Amino acid sequence: MTEQSVTVAGSAVGGETVTATAPQDGTPDTRVSVKPKNNRAWFLVLPVVVSVAFTAVIPLMTVVNFSVQDIFSPDDRIFVGLEWFRSVSRDPEIRAAFVRTLLFSAQVLLLEIPLGVALAVAMPRRGIWVSVALVLVALPLLIPWNVVGTIWQIFARADIGLGGWTINNVLGIDFNYTLDSTDAWITVLIMDVWHWTPLVALLAYAGLRSIPDPYFQAAQIDGASAWATFRHIQLPRLRGVLTIAILLRFMDSFMIYTEPFVVTGGGPGNATSFLSILLSKIAVGQFDLGPAGAFSLLYFLVVQIVSYVFFTVLTRAGR
Amino acid sequence: MALVLDGVRVRQRGETWLHDIHLELSSGMTTLVGPMAAGKTTLMRVVGGLLPPDAGRVVVNGKDVTAISVRKRSVAFVYQQFINYPSLSVYENIASPLRIARSFPKKDMDRRVREVAEIMGIGDLLDRRPAELSGGQQQRTAIARALARPVDVLLLDEPLANLDFKLREQLRGDLKNMFRDSPGVVLYSTADPAEALTFASPTVVLGEGRVLDMGDVADMYAQPPTLAVAATLSDPPLNLLPGVIREGRIECLGSSFPSPGAHDSGRNVVLAVRPHQVTIERSGSEVLEFPAEIRLAEVTGSATFLHLLLADGRHLVAQLPGTQLFTPGERAVAYVDPAHIFVFDEVGGRLLATSAAEVDLHG
Amino acid sequence: MADIRLEGVGHSYDGGRTWALKPMTWTWRSSRAYALLGPSGCGKTTLLNIISGLLSPTVGRIWFDDREVTAVPTAGRNIAQVFQFPVLYEEMSVYDNLAFPLRNRKYPKAEIDQRVRRVSQLLGLDDHLRRRSRRLDPGRQQIVSLGRGLVRSEVAAVLLDEPLTVVDPALKWTLRSKLKEIHRDTGHTLIYVTHDQTEALTFADEVVVLNEGAIVQAGEPTELFLSPAHEFVGHFIGSPGMNVVPAEIADGVVRVAETDVGRAVGELEPGPVHIGVRPEFARLGGEGTSPGLPVQVMEVDRMGAYNLVHVKAGDHPVIAKTEADARFAPGTVEFLHLAPDRTFLFRDSVRCGSIAPLDAGEPLDSIAPLDGKGAP
Repeated sequence: MTEQSVTVAGSAVGGETVTATAPQDGTPDTRVSVKPKNNRAWFLVLPVVVSVAFTAVIPLMTVVNFSVQDIFSPDDRIFVGLEWFRSVSRDPEIRAAFVRTLLFSAQVLLLEIPLGVALAVAMPRRGIWVSVALVLVALPLLIPWNVVGTIWQIFARADIGLGGWTINNVLGIDFNYTLDSTDAWITVLIMDVWHWTPLVALLAYAGLRSIPDPYFQAAQIDGASAWATFRHIQLPRLRGVLTIAILLRFMDSFMIYTEPFVVTGGGPGNATSFLSILLSKIAVGQFDLGPAGAFSLLYFLVVQIVSYVFFTVLTRAGR
Repeated sequence: MALVLDGVRVRQRGETWLHDIHLELSSGMTTLVGPMAAGKTTLMRVVGGLLPPDAGRVVVNGKDVTAISVRKRSVAFVYQQFINYPSLSVYENIASPLRIARSFPKKDMDRRVREVAEIMGIGDLLDRRPAELSGGQQQRTAIARALARPVDVLLLDEPLANLDFKLREQLRGDLKNMFRDSPGVVLYSTADPAEALTFASPTVVLGEGRVLDMGDVADMYAQPPTLAVAATLSDPPLNLLPGVIREGRIECLGSSFPSPGAHDSGRNVVLAVRPHQVTIERSGSEVLEFPAEIRLAEVTGSATFLHLLLADGRHLVAQLPGTQLFTPGERAVAYVDPAHIFVFDEVGGRLLATSAAEVDLHG
Repeated sequence: MADIRLEGVGHSYDGGRTWALKPMTWTWRSSRAYALLGPSGCGKTTLLNIISGLLSPTVGRIWFDDREVTAVPTAGRNIAQVFQFPVLYEEMSVYDNLAFPLRNRKYPKAEIDQRVRRVSQLLGLDDHLRRRSRRLDPGRQQIVSLGRGLVRSEVAAVLLDEPLTVVDPALKWTLRSKLKEIHRDTGHTLIYVTHDQTEALTFADEVVVLNEGAIVQAGEPTELFLSPAHEFVGHFIGSPGMNVVPAEIADGVVRVAETDVGRAVGELEPGPVHIGVRPEFARLGGEGTSPGLPVQVMEVDRMGAYNLVHVKAGDHPVIAKTEADARFAPGTVEFLHLAPDRTFLFRDSVRCGSIAPLDAGEPLDSIAPLDGKGAP
């Protein structure tokens, strides 16, 4: 009981401390702080710090190491400076993949954000159907990504896939994603929309739920149409949430790997060879660790910069 | 002095919220009164240690606590919103500060919790959760929690503002008795001047981030040193009229009275008179007369608020006793006894004079 | 402007176990300014939401004039509602906020402009018309909210749910008077919900006092103040509210702790009773004349314009309102005079009689009651 109370009272919920303790010793803490500081917290975080260091930070340093060396074999390597960075940024195949990935991300955002918001607006705000709706909407998010890829790989097949077969034989349109580039692109795009729109919808739904009832009541009283209510009450309140949704979806779609790899393997040709797929080909397939290292770092840098720009633009627009 | 603020200044996002605050408060209750956005909450947060000041010091019982984080100070807060731990019972809520303070003997804890609950009148609600209580009961739980462990400084930020009018009246009386003999400093903020008058404790008047005045609230009411203080301590709001000093008399809208004190001729002044000092019956020879048209009469039963439109478009509000019926559009004459007028300097609002007969609020 | 008639309207939030609003029949007469006054949880917001259509009553029917609107949704009822906190379209300017209800209803542009400017002038918003509503302080935002409710002229009623909660105390007085003036000029039916008796009394033509889901008494502010029919009304109205002193009737005499206070007026059985007298009508000091009793002065609150003297009648605390310069010292004994036509007797919280001086000079059993049992 004592422990529970200490934790409840010691945690700075929202930065407010309701009551405080008398000075335990005579020496004051000379750091002036707004939020209560608890040194014990650092010890709790230590295991995470160690494992992240081990699994991410140190390997990242290894990548940096590779990116500035030409490696023939583990014992045979020479320092080449920024050579790989230069050649990677000039490589036409990599440039094409970059454009392709950018195009894909743009289309993903254009489709998923409006669709997600529309879904959120349509979901019920109270009553028993709330839980049902939430579960249904969240289902695609719960499926492991390679399984998502497998589902769509089969679904879109022209011969045994329900979707592919329907399009070819019921709608009369020729559709074969293994042969046609456009068909492959569309398949991957629609799969991503199916998989990730629920995330946007759930985020937007949380944002919408925070709007107090009187706002909707006032809109009713003012005779506002559904569209006017959306435009003037719901949309302005969604700004913060949408910023997060856009950022997340951009980063994820720009780095997409599993799903398209399972469905098309990057093909036909390189129609769906996004940056990450190309990178894995170079690093794992060809074992060109030098160029792969440089590629990785540049990739990382691009994602950081674009995300930062996005974030700044979106939050500034809010002020 | 138990609590001293020395030159405290707070700036946030380019705006100064508190300008150079100097205060010396002794133990017992002190009321902090001021309108919205005067800086009351900011001041309390600085005193409590939630907000470090950009300049100045906070000294409690002789010790400089400015740099000490709130967790190490002996401070308790009661907020306007009823803040309680929602998952704990009332008993546990009140006991929580006692449990954290490892120096509080466990065997005394139960006795203390029950004692404080009894004082706050929630002795029979100890098993309930805050969500099951009414607003008044929740706030009393919050206050009980703040009282559980004796602290050096108890801060209450407009604690009754979210309660019903009648409940407020009732709790005000309870709190006044409770804090009167407190060994620590109790700082109570309010935007309601009537509340400040009820508490009749040493009062600090705050306005626009500055201390406008400090002292006995009845004195400040009777002799406000500045227009800002007079306006803050008036409910209903003060009537303000323009005046000019000319040859020993103060002229105002066609009427005049002898100017108390010698002041330069031609000087513009602001005359302030409280609504209950405006009558519609002539009560003496040397009174100010303002012909007016009746715009509105608000009758509450115990008083009638008469809104008068003066010749030059100004408004005057008279508070008349009892129920008096009027027809809007009727003509009337408003009378003001110069004895009840405050004359303020036009620039800076300093009180230049009150008249001969002062209202003596001390018996 | 319409008469709003409620017939047997009641509401329960938990399927009939408890009634937030007990079935009631009441008519809100057109063009009057009403205050719906009561403590938290008394059902006033429930009642307001039923009138506006935001809540469908569990039982009962509602008419606007001759049109039954029980099943008609909010948009079709043509009412305006102002909430406790500012409800604004934050991205829009003040002008657009005010124009919004009119634009939705496809009013011609010239008329919209005219109405918006008129309301803006009434409420003192002229300097802020072009500003984004989000940038105003809460008090002004609430004024804009209010303005949006007033732009449509043919609303059946304007419903205000504790609208001045977020407004600065000094501004509250100005806004209340302004509302009253607007009401006089426009003739809208106004229903103003509040727990603040000062607000209710200064604002309304008629005050409806609600407690625990039922109307306790309704009438003009003066009437409720001078003639409360129920102890609750006596307590809730007035600041401070009516004093309630436990007493006893024996042989037609009202007695407080062995002291004869006055003669009971009204057909009353002997037994316990409550004396109700407002602080304004409890006069302290001077020669002891009936009705009244000696009391001990405990404490004096100096409120500036008047004093509140706390005394003890027997064991019971009583408050008397006196002039600001009256002098009473704690610890002394003074005589408390009870104004005979303003002091009432209550049994089971309902008014049942009043008090007369002890030596009125007439036989006790031939005195007719001064006023009746007092029902709304």
